[in-house]
Order: sequence, then C-alpha cells, then structure tokens
Amino acid sequence: MQTRKKYIFLTFLASWLLLFFFGGDQLRRFTFFSGRKAEARRNWPRWTDRTLLRSFADPEELQRDGDLSLLSPRERRAAWLSVYGSSRCRMETCFDFSRCERHGFKVFTYPQERGQPVSETYGKILSSIERSRYHTPNPEEACLFILSIDTLDRDHLSAQYVRNVDEKIRGFPLWNGGRNHLIFNLYSGTWPGYTGELGFDIGQAILARASFDTHSFRPGFDVSIPLFPKDHPQRGGDRGWLYQDSVPPKKKYLLVFKGKRYLTGIGSGTRNALHHIHNGKDIISLTTCKHGKDWEKHKDTRCDKDNVDYERFDYQELLHNSTFSIVPRGRRLGSFRFLEALQAACIPVLLSDGWELPFSEAIDWGKAAVVGSERLLLQIPSAVRCIHPERVLAFQQQTQFLWDAYFSSVDKIVHTTLEIIKDRLSPHRSRSRLLWNALPGGLLVLPEFSTHLGDFPFYYLQHGYSPSTKFTALIRAVSQAGSLSQPILRLIQAVSGSQYCAQIVVLWSCEKPPPPSGKWPPTPQPHCVLLPQLSHRFFPFEAIQTDAVLSLDEDTSLSTSEVDFAFSVWRSFPERIVGFPTRSHFWDPEQGRWGYTSQWTNELSIVLTAAAFYHRYYHSLFTEYLPAGLRDLVDGLAACEDILMNVLVAAVTKLPPIKVTQRKQHKEGLVQKAECGDGAAGTPPPGQRSPPALHSAPAKAKGTAGSRRFSQRQDCLDQLANWFGYMPLVSSQLRLDPVLYKDQVSVLRKKYPGLDK
Amino acid sequence: IMCASAKYNTRGPALIPRMKTKHRIYYITLFSIVLLGLIATGMFQFWPHSIESSNDWTVEKRSVHDVPVVKLPADSPIPERGDLSCRMHTCFDVYRCGFNPKNKIKVYIYSLKKYVDEYGTLVSNTISREYNELLTAISDSEFYTDDVNRACLFVPSIDVLNQNALRIKETAQALAQLSRWDRGTNHLLFNMLPGGPPDYNTALDVPRDRALLAGGGFSTWTYRQGYDVSIPVYSPLSGEVDLPERGPGPRRYFILSSQMALHPEYRLELEALQAENGESVLILDKCTNLSDGVPAVRKRCYKNQVFDYPQVLQESTFCVVLRGARLGQAVLSDVLQAGCVPVIIADSYILPFSEVLDWKRASVVIPEEKMPEMYSILQSIPQRQIEEMQRQARWFWEAYFRSMKAIALATLQIINDRIYPYAAISYEEWNDPPAVKWSSVSNPLFLPLIPPQSQGFTAVVLTYDRVESLFRVITEVSKVPSLSKLLVVWNNQNKNPPEDSLWPKIRVPLKVVRTAENKLSNRFFPYDEIETEAVLAIDDDIIMLTSDELQFGYEVWREFPDRLVGYPGRLHLWDHEMNKWKYESEWTNEVSMVLTGAAFYHKYFNYLYTYKMPGDIKNWVDAHMNCEDIAMNFLVANVTGKSVIKVTPRKKFKCPECTAIDGLSLDQTHMVERSECINKFASVFGTMPLKVVEHRADPVLYKDDFPEKLKSFPNIGSL
Repeated sequence: MQTRKKYIFLTFLASWLLLFFFGGDQLRRFTFFSGRKAEARRNWPRWTDRTLLRSFADPEELQRDGDLSLLSPRERRAAWLSVYGSSRCRMETCFDFSRCERHGFKVFTYPQERGQPVSETYGKILSSIERSRYHTPNPEEACLFILSIDTLDRDHLSAQYVRNVDEKIRGFPLWNGGRNHLIFNLYSGTWPGYTGELGFDIGQAILARASFDTHSFRPGFDVSIPLFPKDHPQRGGDRGWLYQDSVPPKKKYLLVFKGKRYLTGIGSGTRNALHHIHNGKDIISLTTCKHGKDWEKHKDTRCDKDNVDYERFDYQELLHNSTFSIVPRGRRLGSFRFLEALQAACIPVLLSDGWELPFSEAIDWGKAAVVGSERLLLQIPSAVRCIHPERVLAFQQQTQFLWDAYFSSVDKIVHTTLEIIKDRLSPHRSRSRLLWNALPGGLLVLPEFSTHLGDFPFYYLQHGYSPSTKFTALIRAVSQAGSLSQPILRLIQAVSGSQYCAQIVVLWSCEKPPPPSGKWPPTPQPHCVLLPQLSHRFFPFEAIQTDAVLSLDEDTSLSTSEVDFAFSVWRSFPERIVGFPTRSHFWDPEQGRWGYTSQWTNELSIVLTAAAFYHRYYHSLFTEYLPAGLRDLVDGLAACEDILMNVLVAAVTKLPPIKVTQRKQHKEGLVQKAECGDGAAGTPPPGQRSPPALHSAPAKAKGTAGSRRFSQRQDCLDQLANWFGYMPLVSSQLRLDPVLYKDQVSVLRKKYPGLDK
Repeated sequence: IMCASAKYNTRGPALIPRMKTKHRIYYITLFSIVLLGLIATGMFQFWPHSIESSNDWTVEKRSVHDVPVVKLPADSPIPERGDLSCRMHTCFDVYRCGFNPKNKIKVYIYSLKKYVDEYGTLVSNTISREYNELLTAISDSEFYTDDVNRACLFVPSIDVLNQNALRIKETAQALAQLSRWDRGTNHLLFNMLPGGPPDYNTALDVPRDRALLAGGGFSTWTYRQGYDVSIPVYSPLSGEVDLPERGPGPRRYFILSSQMALHPEYRLELEALQAENGESVLILDKCTNLSDGVPAVRKRCYKNQVFDYPQVLQESTFCVVLRGARLGQAVLSDVLQAGCVPVIIADSYILPFSEVLDWKRASVVIPEEKMPEMYSILQSIPQRQIEEMQRQARWFWEAYFRSMKAIALATLQIINDRIYPYAAISYEEWNDPPAVKWSSVSNPLFLPLIPPQSQGFTAVVLTYDRVESLFRVITEVSKVPSLSKLLVVWNNQNKNPPEDSLWPKIRVPLKVVRTAENKLSNRFFPYDEIETEAVLAIDDDIIMLTSDELQFGYEVWREFPDRLVGYPGRLHLWDHEMNKWKYESEWTNEVSMVLTGAAFYHKYFNYLYTYKMPGDIKNWVDAHMNCEDIAMNFLVANVTGKSVIKVTPRKKFKCPECTAIDGLSLDQTHMVERSECINKFASVFGTMPLKVVEHRADPVLYKDDFPEKLKSFPNIGSL
C-alpha cells in the first residue's frame, strides 16, 4: 500500500514538474497570468534585414525630379485653366493680378441703376465697401469689382429674388467673364433641396457666401461669410455679453438648444434627433414642430408635448445662462444662431457637417467653437463635459474677441472679406494665422507696416519681446516766429537730457522756413527737422525708428525727469497712450450727445498728444487704416486729430489711456496755452459718466476763439462716436505716480524728486 | 490518496515524530522537490522578459523576403478612382473610432505580404526602408492596435510611397483584397512621389476609392481639404548628414538655388536675378566633371567652384524651392534642416501639414509670376523676422520633417484632431518652437474686459483666533461701498468661531468657512462662496486702510483685472555678492511684489494657486507657514507676464499689536526667510517671473491743488 502510494505520488509529482517546466508557457496563457499576456501586442516586426532595404527613391531620382522636356511653366498654367475651368477656379488661374499692381488693392462698386432697388442688407454691404479705405470711384484703378445687382437672396421663391441676372451681367462692359469680381450671397437654393444653385453663371467671379459647403467651396478663392440678420448694424455693433470671467463657468445650463424640428426634408436628420440629449437639468434641448403652413399634416406623437415644453423657455434667457449652445444646420448649413451664440459667449457646438466655417481661411475656429459631427450627436454631452474649465474660459473669451473683431457689424464682415482677398495678392505681405487669431485681430494689424510681430505694440508678452529702450521725440512747431521761441528751446533741452531719447524730430509746420542748423541748441542726440507737406502730425514719418514716440507741442513744458518717468511707464503699457494733460468725455443725456470736458475731473479718457508717449505703429494705423472720409471729417474740424488718435487707440485696445504725474506749476500754463479756454463754452450739464461739473481750473481766458475751439472739439467727439458706431473711449480713475511720490521720505531716496514739486 | 498527502503536508510538523524515519526522509525530499519546482516555476513566471522577448525575437527574426506571397488573379476587382468629393463626414466611418477618454484613434497595420500577379511577377518592391520605418513608428506609437476589430484607421503595408516603383493596376487590386478594405473606408495611404511622366499628376494615380491619402505634392485641385493630409517628401539625406543648428546672423549669400533639375525657363529667370544682384545670389547646378566615386547628389557646382551639398545651404539666408515636374520637393526638407528660409515658388502647391502649420512664419511664398521681383520682396523682410523664420524653419524640420517617424506621427495626429476636435492640439503647440514656448506667456484672462462696478468684491479674511481684531477689520471693510460679501476663513480647528450673535452687524452677507487644517493655502482656496470675480484678501489685523483706499483699490483692480493690486510693495534684488535673489522691504523706488495682507486679485488666481501651482510650492508654503504672498506674486506674474500694481502711498501695515514683537533680530530672520522663498520659487519656476516697475497708482487728483470734497477718494491715507 505504502509503496503504491509512493509511486503514484512520485508520478504525480513528476508530471507536475514536467508541466511546469515545459508547458508553463501554454499554461500561463489561459490561467492566472492572462492579464500580463494581454499587454504583449503583436507589433510590426523588426525585420532582420531592415537596414538593407532599399530606399523608396534613390537620391538621384529625388533631386532630379522628372524630366526637363516638360511643358513650360507658363503653358502649364494656361493648361490648368482650360482643364479645370471656372468651377474649380483658383487665384492663379481665375484672377487677374495685374489689375492690382499699379494702384494697389482698390475696389469699385458698380453704380446703382435706376429702377433696381437693392435690399436693405445689400445696401449695407455696398455702403460698407464705399466707406472702406479701398474704395475707388474709378473702374480703371480697380482691382476688384462689386455688382450693383442684389445677389444676396437667390431663393427664387423669395420676394427679394432678382430675375434675369445673367442677361443683366452680360450687359456690363466690365464683367469680363466675372474676372476680379466679388459676389455676395446669403441664401441660395430653395425648398426642398436647398442646393447651392444661384440661378446665374458667376463665371470666374469670387463668391462670398454664407452656408458654404466644403464641396462647392473653391479653396483659396471663395470666401465663406457668416449668415447675418437684416437688422445687423452697419457699423460699431453691440458688444458681446461676457462680463465676467469665472472658473468654473457659473451658468445654470451646460448646453442648450431651442429651435425647429424638421420632420422631413434636408437637415431633418439632425434636427429630428436633438431632443434625445435633453435631460431637463443642465442640458436643455427644445424643439417645436410648429413651423410652415401645414405642420400639422406631418406631426408625430412627440409634437404636442414638445410644443408645450418649447413655450416654457425663452431663447435669449437660455443663451444668457448657458455655457455651450448647439448650433445645428437648418435647411441650409449656416444659421443666425451661430452669430447669436458667439455674441452671447455661449460656446457654439457646431453640428453642420460639410460647412465651410465663416472666414475659415483666417479664423482658427478650434479656439472658439466645438466642431461636432452630426453623426455623433449623442456623444456631444459627454464630450462637452470633458472640457476643462480653463479651456472653457479661453473659449468664451475667444468667442467675444472674434465677435468683436470680425462679426459685430456689417462693416466688419465686409472688411474682413476684403482683407482676406487682399492678403492673397501678396502672400509674403499677408497676415499669419496668428495675427488673425490674437487680439486685436487682423483688421487692425496692417501687414504693410510690418510682417514682424515684434514691430507691433500688441504681441510683446505673448512672444517674449520687449519694446525698444529708446524713444523718438516728435515736436510740432507751429509758431509763426521765424526764430526759435523760448519754450521750444527749453523743451528740446529737457527732452535731450533724457538718457532714453534716441533722436529729436521737429515738425516745422510754419510758413517761414526753419532756422539754419547752427541756430538749434546742441543736443547729444541727432535731431532732424521735417517739413511736412501733409496736414497731420500722425503721418508715419520715415525718421521715426524707435517703437516709442514722444509727441510734443512746442509750447509744452516738461522736465527731463517727467519724460524719464513717463517713458518707464510706457514700457509697461506699450499699447496705450501714456501722457500728461488729460481730458474726459461724458454722455450728455439732455442734448442726447457725447460731451467733452477739459475740467478737472476724477476721471480721464483722453490724453492730449501735446505731451504723450505712444507706439509708432499708431502713426501707420492713423494714416493708413482710417478711411479718407474720416480724415476729411477731422481735417474739416480743426484741432480734432488728437481726439481721433485717442478714439482710435481706445477702439484698438478697449482700454483707457494712462495719465502720469506732472509737475504742478506748468499744468496751468500748458492748459492755457495749448487749449486756450476750453472750459469757456460753459459748463456742460452733468452727465451720467462724468461727476458733476467741478472747479473750472483754466477758465481765465474766455476768448471767442477758445469757445469756438471747444465746441469744435465737442462736435468732433460726437461725430467720431457716430462714425465708429459707438463710443470707443474708456474712462480711467487713476494716475500713475513714482512709487515714492510726495511721500515723506528723504529726497535723496527718491529717483524722481523733481516730480514732487 | 491525494487528500491524504495534503493532510500530511498541512499537518506536517505534528505528524513527523509519529512517522518512520524512512518515511520522514522520503517526505522531506518530496517536500524540497516540490519547493524547488515551485521556485523554478516562479522564476519563469516573474522573470518573463528575458524569456518572452527572446521568444518573440525568434518569431521576429525574419527577413522581408520570407513574408507570405499572395497571388492576384488578373480579374480581381479594382477599386474606383479616388473620389474627389470625399470629406470626413461623407467617406469616413467615424463610428469605428468611438468616444474614448484618451481621445486617441486606434490604428491597425496589415501584416506584410508579397504580391505577385498571375505570372508570379512582383507587383512592387515588397517594402522600402522608409515605409518600414514609418510602419515601425506607428506600431510603437500610442495610436497602434493589433486588434483589427477595435481599429478606426487601417494602414496597408503595401508600399505606395513612390508611384514609379509600383504597377498601378495590380497595386490597386492588392488594396482591394485587403480584409477590411470596404471601398477604402478609413484606410490611410502614404505617398510621397505621386504621378509619372508625362503629366505628373499631383496625387497618387493608384485607384483607391475612399481611402485617405497622405500625399507629398498635392495641388489645390487634388487635395481634398479636411480629408487628405499633405505631407513632406522625405529627404534621406536628413538621416545621413548632420547639420548642426546655426545661430542667427548674416550669412554669406542672400539667395541660393541648389536644385539640379530646373525648367530652363526658371533657370533663366534665376540667372537674370543673379546678373542683377551680383554675388549675393548663388545659382548652383549639377557638377559635370566630378571624378568617379564622388556621389553627384552631394555636390553642387557654380562654374568651376564645387560646393558640398547640403552644407552649402547653411551659407544662405534664403533658399529657393522651385517646383519641378512635381510640386513636392525633397529639397524643402534639406533647406529647413539647414535653417535656411525657404522661398517657395510653386503655384497651387499645398504645403506640408498646411492644415496645422503656419508656413507664413517659416517661409516666403512667391507666386511664379512674381519671380522677377523675388529679390526686392525678400529685401523688404525685416532682419529680426528673418532670424525668427530661420529658427522656425529649423524647428519645423526637427518636429515634422526629420524622420519618417515624425512624418507618420504628425499625420496621425492631424487625423486624430479631426475626429476629436475638442481635444485637438492648439495652433501654439503645433507652431511655437520650444524657445518661444518658454519665453512667451499666454494670459488666461486675455480679453480686455473691465468688470462692471456693480459686481463688487468679496473680502476674504483669514483668521486664527484674534477675534477682537477680526471684528474691527470686518467693521472697517464693511464700510467700503463696493463690498458685496465677506468671507471669514476660520483656520483654527481647536476653537469654534464666536456665536452668530456676537459678530458685527454689517450690510452685506457674512459667511464663515471652517477649515480642516491650519494651512496658509486656505486663504487662496477658490471657495464657492466667492461669487464675484474680485477677491480682497485681507489679514485679520489690517485695520489701518481707509474705506476710500480700499474702494480705490477695487477701482484700480477693475482696470487691471489680471493683476495683483495691493498696498505695500516689495522688491526682489539680485545680490551680486551672494549670487542669489534677495528680498527687499526698504522704501525703494521700485516694486515687483505686493503684500497680500490686503490685495485685490481675480478669483481665477485662487483656482490656479490651489490646483496649478508648479512644483511643491504649495506644500512648501504650508509647511513653512510663510511666503504664501510671494508665491501668489510669482504665480500671477508667471502666467500673465505683467507686473503688480501698487496703489496709494502705503508702505507697511502697522498693527498696534505687532509693535511689541517687532524686534530687530526677528526682522532679520524674517528677511532671510523671505529671501530664501524667492530663491526657492525662482528655481521651481525655472525663471524669475517678477516684473519690476517704478510706478504706483493714485487717484487722478491725488495731492492736486483742488478742493478735497470734490475728489472721489479724498481720504487716501498715508505711509
């Protein structure tokens, strides 16, 4: 018994051992160690002879690409045009660049024909173009042509539909097969297919259209524009709704939708599914069947209940209280909803497959919208929940930036379209994607000024640049004396005493010739005298080579330490105007207009350019960006330039200017001299924005000239606000002083003791 | 029997004395054998790598020549030609990719086969070195899966990099018989040299139906935007030649052309440029009289001068990349590697990875028509920009051109970004070279918003047990018009806060939050109770600030909502003797920090302080019970790149209670500790983010000769 037991036991043991040693591998595969096995994946093999493999092309073949007996480049370009025709136009085949060479980018609008009324919206588009700096009344100069025929609504069931466009176009001598023409369109096609059909042959014209689909979009040639409503403002435009940056977003709802549910026809696929994601808590997706004449014919079982829910919520309220908003396709790909969501800082979740997003050539929508897929609607809630709060905040801010930079008015939409086309003419002088997608936006950044980011005042921090350490003083001399006055001599001495001054430029706008160079005071910096033929002081003079410009009037009185301190402040705020004497604006409810005051107030919104630092880019922006019409307006009103400069900088930065410390005694003198008796026009009634009228400091000289000047400035401000469509000026309640300003500490400790006096 | 033995085993020691010696020896031997066996097995199990990898290695130890052969019948189906209308939403089956938390697509690679036609002739080279590298890279990446059922994207192992190396119809047949082909849905083909003589199509001619094409040399007509991916033509020289990065600065030539095969018309135009501008333009050509053995591809000649290629590219500022028969040129890769700014003259060419790369920052694109103006166009580019473009060009090469791996991963990432757009890589991540990523800041509060005054601010008072002083602070702060809520953070776990009835009665809500631990970081926690953007952090002993001073501080914060706005300012200085940073509280002309004993800031920074503070700073501060304010100053300056704003003349917080302990020695140790904090934080941040400024903010009419009663903030206090 024992022996048998022993043998059985031994055999048993031996077989166990054998199993472990030789079959272990197989055992492991299906027993306890299966978890470990799963990790070892079957990778691409490491071939033994992988280093011996031949290259995909031998170097010779790569370097002498193809044979040389080919078509000449010119012939090939011609061949492309014939092969691809106008349906596949590209700039190099369908656009005549030579038209733009001599006069630059000029846009001509066909004169409006009698008996051819255009819709309100098209009227706005035309007037935007006419207001732009590219407009020319002369077709000979033009590079781009815009039809006077209203092509916005090409739904032939619509009342706005213009018939026989083809015939009319053929009658235009300038048409030229559509070459160099730009055609705007908001609606095309009709029930039930809503195809991109325009009802006429656009030939080689560029199409700027809303609801563009990627398939018919000719990349690099057409422009996709947003769909905007009839009452979209011509200029200015409302600001976005974001007033508060909070993390996490304190909104009641995460995701909202309220709109029509299509039961049949194109677009119904998505719209009919939207109700599935409604959870009644943080995701509100409401649909209604009530639209069209015979909705009841198609109605299904959901309709009645949905319609009741639908009425319970207000769309505007939902937009205000939600973080994300679903922007699905309607019958067409684009919808008004898109701009509405953008303005409301409600991050758009796009469900519109195949939509070429508005201005996609320039705008990086990935930073402001969630581009969803219609097919993955049910994943949207979880995808949206996964987005980190910081990213949500960045999205929200970007929606506001984009809305304000490119979409808030018809002017902005049209000008963006023009700039995109203009950028294609000279790719080497065009805006990089970065410029389009960072503050202050592509429209305000002129590639003609520079293509280098460091030359603009806006990108220092983002790119680790810093503004130049020197400035150029720009002194305007207007006195009628043939010799140099005492104030200007003192001024030159004070400015040249600054270690940061690179050079002094005098703008001699007097009738008499400037004194010979020997008469000028000796300065350590080079100085030059310019004789501007141009009327304004903000011309981008070649002589200015530093980032900072110190703009001065000849009768300004400043000390070296004031200049030094102000410059050190400017280096912290290079995008703003930093200066000494200030003014403020206020809304005058009684007269229903903007008021301007030079009285001492607790606020400021304008820094006089009689003594101010700013970035030299603003000279270019002032001269090149502002259209001739506006500059004429300013020239008509004397002494308005500096207000315009302030308005312009505020429109760009959305920030107030900065006032720095100024010594007491000359403040009065400066105010008196530079603006004799601004306050003389009487005390403006107290406004909402301005505290009650204060002590009228410089109201000594009550000359009639002074009061005329004051009312001119008042008019100027009002007209500028009107022109911009809103009041860009922003008020500030602070002044920047040296850290130890008027502190009771030893004068020896102070870096700017002179300022205390 | 088995049960018995088990019984013996478990009860072993107790049984042993009762057993016979023979049996005992037997059992001991048995036991040790079992033990040995177990150990040996264990070694096999837990030392798996040597065994498994050598195992797999033998499996892999195969040659490309040994792969299975597949015979394609002559009548096997051919896919349709590429469908030009394909877009992701029409031709791509997105359901295969699914929602997954990692937001990564899964890529499957077909195993390698050798395809022959009916007569046994090879259809193409089995696989090229580059395509093997590419597939290896995919296989090693996070995207790879070996499970064909879980895959979202399929990569055939059929090598179509070079159209000239394959037979078009048969390759198409080979594609069509792939197990998951399904009209090419979700299949990705890589091609670098498309087209063939005489017309040189700009996309692969192999019929491929709906397959995505990652192609080099697309034109705007063949590229399906948002569907195809434009990739570079890889230059094998990249792997052979090591060109170290060259610093910025002037180079010997201004414009250089190094291509050997240029159309005579282009060459004429280039030579005209050279004639006009002299030595700064160098037009190279192939060498005609090289001695044997010198590879022609590594030499270029101008007249009798011989230059090394690609080294000569580093001698020029701009390098011309002209189209040849094809649009995509391998020379682009060489030029970028040399840090030479490419001047791309190839109308309608879709630049590599143009969907994500901003080529305007790294290259100059000139229309073919404008070639004669090239010199003046290039001259108009500012020097600083040229230097940046050189750096950018080199960075593009390093990140996206350098190897087949870089090309493969960038391609997959682009497709991944389309499928998971909400997790896509941003413009900055794609385009900014590491140097820029380091030196730049991206302000999280970048929109210039002036928060409405009506929102007001929330005062957060951190307190331990100084109840009397706390109550005085509460009373004082409650006088500030814009205060909207007061939050007391009760940091004392051993003592309960006073009863409700004892607290001062104030006009705004007062909330008390009790903390779990006495930590300094509790003061910067983003409490839900803080409903305003503006937070006023205030110590429980700051009673000297006037209501005007606080209200003015809030107004200043509204104008600078992304900064710390505080009262006493402090400075950091570089101590040249000790070679480290020093904390300075003397009354200097400069400030770089404000004390958070009383400071306004955006609530977002509470969020950052609590969740995004770099390194171990947060715990370090809690452990040392000091420097939380310096940490906050570092954090804000680092993320915004902006300085603090010091308001009003206030230089220090005098508190009546502290005077007693305000001894000199204490002061000195305090200074040493604070200096240490600065050094510690600077090393954690890897840089010194603090910005020094010379200004402070005062009310517009501060100290002006003007009736006090008309000033908004007459009572601004003193030092």
